Amino acid sequence: MHGSPPGPPLKAKDYKSDVKPIWCAGCGHFAVLSAITKALAHLALPREQVALVSGIGCSSRLPAYTHVYGFHGIHGRALPIASGLKVARPDLTVLVTGGDGDGFSIGGNHFMHACRRNLDLTYIVMDNEVYGMTKGQASPTTAPDWEQSRLTPHGTGLPSFNPAAIALASGAGFIARGFSGDPNGLTDLLIQGIQYPGFSFIHVMSPCVTYHPEQKSWKQTIHEQSEATTADPVIAAQRIQQNDHMETGLLFKAGSPDRSRFPAENTSLEQIARQFVTHS
Amino acid sequence: MDIKTNPTETVTLSVAIVGSGGTGVVTTGKILLESIARFGLYGLMSRSSGPQIRGGESAVMLRIGTAPVDSLDDDFDLLLALDWLNADRFSDEIPITDNSLVLFDPEKGSLPVVFNRSADHQLHLPLEQLAKSIENGRTNMVGLGVLAGMIGLPLDVVRAAAQDALQKKGDATLQATLSCIQAGYAETPEERLIPPLPAPERIEERWNISGNEASGFGALQGGVRFVAAYPITPASEILEWLAPNLERMGGSLLQAEDELASINMIIGASFGGVPSLTATSGPGLSLMMEGLGLAVASETPVVVANVMRGGPSTGIPTKSEQSDLNLALYGFHGDAPHIVLSALSISDCAFTTEWAVKLAERLQAVAIVLTDQSQGQARAVVHPPRQPTLEGKRKLAGGADHYQRYALSDDAVSPMAIPGNANCIYTADGLEHNEQGIPSAMAKDHRQQLEKRKVKLTQFDYGDDWAEITGQGEICLVTWGSATGAAREAAARLTRAGHPAKTVAVRLLAPFSAAHFRAATANANQLLVVEQNHGGQFFEYLNAQRVLPANAESLAQPGPLPIKPNEIFNCVLQGL
Repeated sequence: MHGSPPGPPLKAKDYKSDVKPIWCAGCGHFAVLSAITKALAHLALPREQVALVSGIGCSSRLPAYTHVYGFHGIHGRALPIASGLKVARPDLTVLVTGGDGDGFSIGGNHFMHACRRNLDLTYIVMDNEVYGMTKGQASPTTAPDWEQSRLTPHGTGLPSFNPAAIALASGAGFIARGFSGDPNGLTDLLIQGIQYPGFSFIHVMSPCVTYHPEQKSWKQTIHEQSEATTADPVIAAQRIQQNDHMETGLLFKAGSPDRSRFPAENTSLEQIARQFVTHS
Repeated sequence: MDIKTNPTETVTLSVAIVGSGGTGVVTTGKILLESIARFGLYGLMSRSSGPQIRGGESAVMLRIGTAPVDSLDDDFDLLLALDWLNADRFSDEIPITDNSLVLFDPEKGSLPVVFNRSADHQLHLPLEQLAKSIENGRTNMVGLGVLAGMIGLPLDVVRAAAQDALQKKGDATLQATLSCIQAGYAETPEERLIPPLPAPERIEERWNISGNEASGFGALQGGVRFVAAYPITPASEILEWLAPNLERMGGSLLQAEDELASINMIIGASFGGVPSLTATSGPGLSLMMEGLGLAVASETPVVVANVMRGGPSTGIPTKSEQSDLNLALYGFHGDAPHIVLSALSISDCAFTTEWAVKLAERLQAVAIVLTDQSQGQARAVVHPPRQPTLEGKRKLAGGADHYQRYALSDDAVSPMAIPGNANCIYTADGLEHNEQGIPSAMAKDHRQQLEKRKVKLTQFDYGDDWAEITGQGEICLVTWGSATGAAREAAARLTRAGHPAKTVAVRLLAPFSAAHFRAATANANQLLVVEQNHGGQFFEYLNAQRVLPANAESLAQPGPLPIKPNEIFNCVLQGL
């Protein structure tokens, strides 16, 4: 392994690659990309010690736009890839990015179990309530009466998924909501999430100006939560269910999870083979 | 009673034990197998059970030999019933003849019609009465003593094996067990009903191992230090064996929420530089296919040990079939070159899994190892498994400027950067990409990368381990996986009957080496492809490779019954 060459501290732009994003002009994800690079610079993390893992979708393109190790995998499976990587390489800082369809629909089972497993991962979901890459279908977080998709011309008629509530019920220890329109607030949440030693879930409202132009009004409706962060899951559950999903901030933070240590090598293959040798 | 001889004139004896749940059939079989090993003989023990989770009837089938045995025989010489409850369910798995000796306690139910062949070859034993005469005594241990006596194993060897197997059960149980064994041993008739197996002249080191344990051990030897696990019959024992042993070697195992997760977990861990494996069976392998395609496209080495069972769908989870070949070969979408290997015996599960890990690492490829329930959940007394000589190390990136993760090169294997390397930061991608790793939909990049991923596998020299070729003759039995043992035995029986036959057992199923195969089968004037599935999947595959002569025949027989040597023998004779 190579260490970082000594030099001046890295700036946010040093964590960006020169690959040009495929995102539409005005997409919320640009601000999320910036916030991630700012958080990494703030924490002065060596670029080679950071891995950014994603699935498929507009937001899942993000790893290629950063200059850290990246894995752009398959739809819905970012969390398992990141979980394997983190267990095999606990020395790395592992971030996971994706969208609402990737994380809550096709990857929904992994979302629950990643919360429960509580590995030291930071999961950043850019929620725009739509499948953008496939040209505008309803996702789990889409409002039931949204009629703009050809696939569901009468709306889904289904209640939208409440990611923070599911994360809480599944055992996540760090649950925050951010907004791409508040990049400083988001950067702060990302820093805290990366520093949290367990699974941190950061739900980022990030508008899709192409399929949900009305989300431009989020600027007016999204606001900071009025209460201080709670460590009590019952209070957190009540707030998450009662609020209008437009409240940002650190919604819930539990104590640090117990970390089982990576077991040290203490035997040899020869010793292991002995269990098969029969006596005579 | 005849004692059958296998091809190399090895003396073998086939013994089955049946009993209902709780009678301890499997424990009896395990101690008997261990006693056989300690006495210096060889053996194979497979097991069968009813569908119940616990407490169902079960059977163990042992074949004991003076040399290693790789398959069950056509029928059984000795059948011991601890009781007869539901034992008739095993009638097709435990074929007996008029010469087979049936041992049972008339107090434990009446002899089922299917096992009632010849009154001259039935021995009534007071198993239960003897067990009851001993405090904490158990019928199965009395039965063990009887079998040991009939086979000709020394009493002290059986007692020692039982002592080691049951030491955790406490002193009272142990003493009762030893007394039961002794009581059973004393019941052996004065007049020998079967000739005793000859004591070995020389005892070399030997192992008592199951196929699933061997797969796990091979994985460790290959360097696997991360395993993701989702339980599935009949593969779980690989994962359960690896859990503690991997930890002892400094590795770790993560239980996944499903197979979609487990395959992607090992991709993540391998991306991190740690050789990684998961084990599954058909339904799980089906779920893993998309992930495996990602590993192919991103050139992330991973190994899947797939222990086959009866399919399709849930099929026959507890019993064997070689029917996942098509899935392993063709399950991927897109053009996705990868490695498929088959283990040719229980012991070979270690060699082949280790080879798979080393090939996957060396070639930055996906390797699927096909074993099956009849190997995985069976135990055998074997010589210590041999190891592949291949140096299975990943080609790592150094500190080059302008690093290109998917650079084209002579061997088409590009140096891989591992996180932590500051000079070669890149993003792995399932999207088609250029040499640098940047997503690209351009025709030139797609063709280049497709070709690179193909030739890195086809150009590689796999050496002599692509197959195991035994015997000589113009009759050629071509097979793979667990059918190898029966095929070899059939070839030897044919040779002894004046029809010289050879066996070509293919370990490297993909990429397929047509040149090697043609050379190995060149002199065949009769060629039979032997496999345990309904569709003749291997036969079809070989035909697609255009390596079979026009008169080649297929012997494809679905599970769960193992293919027997005489079935192959007779099939060849019919074609002569």
